[in-house]
Amino acid sequence: MEAGAVTTAGTTDRYLLRGVAPLGGERVDMLLAGGVIERIAPEGTLWSDGDAQVVDGAGLVALPGLVDLHTHLREPGREDAETIRSGTRAAAAGGFTAVHAMANTTPVQDTAGVVEQVWRIGAEAGWVDVRPVGAVTVGLDGEHLAELGSMAHSAARVRVFSDDGRCVSDPILMRRALEYVKAFDGVVAQHAQEPRLTEGAQMNEGVVSAEIGLAGWPAVAEEAIIARDVLLAEHVGSRLHVCHLSTAGSVDLVRWAKGRGIDVTAEVTPHHLLLTDDLARGYDPRYKVNPPLRTAADVEAVREGLADGTIDVVATDHAPHTREDKDCEWAAAAFGMTGLETALSVVQHTMVDTGRMTWVDVARVLSSTPARIGRIDTGPHAHGRPLDVGEPANITLVDPSAVRTVVPTEQHTASANSPFGGRELPGRVVATFLRGRATVLDGAPVDGGGAS
Amino acid sequence: MRHLLSTADLTRGEAIRILDTAAQMAATQSREIKKLPTLRGRTVVNLFFEDSTRTRISFETAAKRLSADVINFSAKGSSVSKGESLKDTALTLQAMGADAVVIRHQASGAPHTLAHAGWVDSAVVNAGDGMHQHPTQALLDAYTMRRHLTGGGTGEGQDLAGVRVAIVGDVLHSRVARSNVQLLHTLGAHVTLVAPPTLVPVGVEAWPCEVSFHLDEVLVDQRPDAVMMLRVQRERMSSAGGGFFPSPLEYTRGYGLDARRLGMLSERAIVMHPGPMNRGLEISAEAADSPRAVIVEQVANGVAVRMAVLYLLLAGDVTQDSQQDKAGQ
Amino acid sequence: MTSGPGLPPDSTPDTPSASADAGTTEVLGATEISRALTRIAHEILERNKGGADVVLLGVPTRGVPLARRLASRLVAVEPGLDVGALVGTLDVTMHRDDLHRQPPRAIGRTELPEGGIDDRVVVLVDDVLFSGRTIRAALDAISDVGRPRAVQLAALVDRGHRELPIRPDFVGKNLPTSLSERVSVLVEEIDGCDAVLIGPGGPGRGEPGGGAR
Repeated sequence: MEAGAVTTAGTTDRYLLRGVAPLGGERVDMLLAGGVIERIAPEGTLWSDGDAQVVDGAGLVALPGLVDLHTHLREPGREDAETIRSGTRAAAAGGFTAVHAMANTTPVQDTAGVVEQVWRIGAEAGWVDVRPVGAVTVGLDGEHLAELGSMAHSAARVRVFSDDGRCVSDPILMRRALEYVKAFDGVVAQHAQEPRLTEGAQMNEGVVSAEIGLAGWPAVAEEAIIARDVLLAEHVGSRLHVCHLSTAGSVDLVRWAKGRGIDVTAEVTPHHLLLTDDLARGYDPRYKVNPPLRTAADVEAVREGLADGTIDVVATDHAPHTREDKDCEWAAAAFGMTGLETALSVVQHTMVDTGRMTWVDVARVLSSTPARIGRIDTGPHAHGRPLDVGEPANITLVDPSAVRTVVPTEQHTASANSPFGGRELPGRVVATFLRGRATVLDGAPVDGGGAS
Repeated sequence: MRHLLSTADLTRGEAIRILDTAAQMAATQSREIKKLPTLRGRTVVNLFFEDSTRTRISFETAAKRLSADVINFSAKGSSVSKGESLKDTALTLQAMGADAVVIRHQASGAPHTLAHAGWVDSAVVNAGDGMHQHPTQALLDAYTMRRHLTGGGTGEGQDLAGVRVAIVGDVLHSRVARSNVQLLHTLGAHVTLVAPPTLVPVGVEAWPCEVSFHLDEVLVDQRPDAVMMLRVQRERMSSAGGGFFPSPLEYTRGYGLDARRLGMLSERAIVMHPGPMNRGLEISAEAADSPRAVIVEQVANGVAVRMAVLYLLLAGDVTQDSQQDKAGQ
Repeated sequence: MTSGPGLPPDSTPDTPSASADAGTTEVLGATEISRALTRIAHEILERNKGGADVVLLGVPTRGVPLARRLASRLVAVEPGLDVGALVGTLDVTMHRDDLHRQPPRAIGRTELPEGGIDDRVVVLVDDVLFSGRTIRAALDAISDVGRPRAVQLAALVDRGHRELPIRPDFVGKNLPTSLSERVSVLVEEIDGCDAVLIGPGGPGRGEPGGGAR
């Protein structure tokens, strides 16, 4: 089967988006047909030929379909927490048209067979394009390189490799991985966590951990790995991606590395843009995540880093967990929080509504740059493309004026471990189009619209 | 007061009220008949996920002296990864009709979770959680200091204003240190933590106390009225245990309370230890057995303080309590 | 001490402002209280053929100063008596049967005179006798601290409405009241003046068993 072949079935769908504001700019009418953007014209100048379904876009911002570089879909292995189907449906509801599915499944995505399975199930589900991430090492054990080439050349065409959840801490193994992926323009996405400095770690090490008696996860454990990795990447001339960067020091290091011309990109999660370690005081495991929530100064630093381009992308690190993994004492709880359905709202809240970024920037950090890092920005199934005539019709319509209170149990993800439950957040995804086919309309997933 | 989870939750008025109540409880314990009918028909569960015979016996004695029914639930082995979850254990206790749950757990915050997750209606008493808190230990320490250092009697109604306390040892892993720093600060005492830098937590700068790495200097400069020696686990020195100090001998040289340092203490100073002691490591036999040592008395005071806590949590209708707490401040 | 259903806990001292309340009347003044105590003192000596075996135990809070005053009157009549061996206090809080209906009560002090109470005649002294539950608790408390030859009861005011088969041996004044009324005893040592006041109860007052005396 040719890559993406199963998802071209929607090419007969035609939609007329009336009065939408691409990237928050001038309002236009936009006709989606044949899986691409067929026409763009000034507002009020396009009329439905009777064939096209009209979407009233008044007040809606049109963004290129969002691309998540960091999603845990849990399948295979933990279908009780999330399945590829439920996770991608949640992704579509959150405005995404492509997600990178992390490798820490059971079995681990460390062979061509497993990544192809994930890719195929994702394609059959049809909600978004699923791009599997390949494990760097066999079984994520940090001992031997996995067959990166086989995964790259499989039907899944893996370009992003990560042992996420674990750090590739062995420097020689990291060097080899960085070198090896050059052959197929891959990138190593590092979960930067020095393991010895974080044994038993439960939360950010600082004033709060000292008081509430939870073992600390120091910022230096992240920064030391980032520092080492950017130097390694420079030395071997490779591309490096830093996952879920969380500290002010990490921002400084990446800024320094970019200044030196090192080919590094970095991501920040929505939760690190908004939440702080003070939330651990109530020992509510919903706030337990890795890397941990940091201080207010770190939150400010990552916002600044995102605004000035030091941090390239926002990635969700969507990490669903079953109720029993969170309904317990802090130490026994699993690390991680869901995020697909709140990511855009958090970015709007922390970056757009504060005046630090425009919708053009949002499109950059949530679509075009993650697509480029994942090397899915070219070809007929490209993501993160400009909203121009002839481009694939991957489009997200968002109503920035809407305000909603997050209710985790009402989300589309199969797990309820959202840290934003009960919070009021701005913005609502009204519609999502994957190559011209609506996966979300009127704010709800189009049932049967996923599978084609 | 609905639960006792952390000394940080106690106001000065509440803390003094507990100490005053403990004084009255202690008075009953010198009688021939030590048992009081106060908590007849109430059930106290000692839920211990971690071995601590001393603390359990102290709580058990306290509850029995007040005529409560005591159920000991040793849940050791119900560890983080295996066995029954805290939630299921809690639901079991709820079904048994526990009025109070005294919980010891290796995970910081487990008592907080038990009290607030909605699994049980019982009052929850933290009997030590991870590296977080051990509030009744701090209360019995404060009670002991008040008896010895505030002049005459049990010091009823008084706080510890002006009392200087040195807490020496493994502060990093110590719930006793955390509980004491907060309670002693609330009661007006001046606290200095003394430890090798490896055993002081990052973030300690936010604590209401001073920190020193030099015990001899503190003994000379601060003239502490009470020196509290913390238990140091020998395994902390191994690399697997974290490699916090090079050898027991070096630790003792720097931070042990030996005869020489005992001689540096002021006339009225007392020596305290939460037990169990490592004689020869953090405290020498001379210090442990000296007349200044109030270590055995701490144990006795522990029963009175725990009686007071159980009394205040269980004997009244705590839903009517808030107004009185406010009035008591 | 205020005595009325749903009264505030012992630890909250009443202020003498009660007399300022509308509808509150003073039923005993300082002179009458003094006279009543003197009479009770004489009755105690008479009943017990002297004060040699007598121990006066005041029930906190306001029974304590009343017991001390009775003791000094006993000594005035029988100069051979030793006040130190004559008077003490007995806290009954931990023996009460109504603890769960109230906010947690502060525990009072129990101080027995030198020589204890074994084989002596204990006279319990309280300000107001009401339901009898306090005295029931006091009898239990006594049995925890010794074995007196006999126990007698002295109350400054008996307002009736007993719920237990308990009656006083010595009474300052019988004060027929309605359950909705509130009786307050003020003593110089705590409240700054001596008075017995009666007034309307506050809203929501229930049966006398609600912790009242």
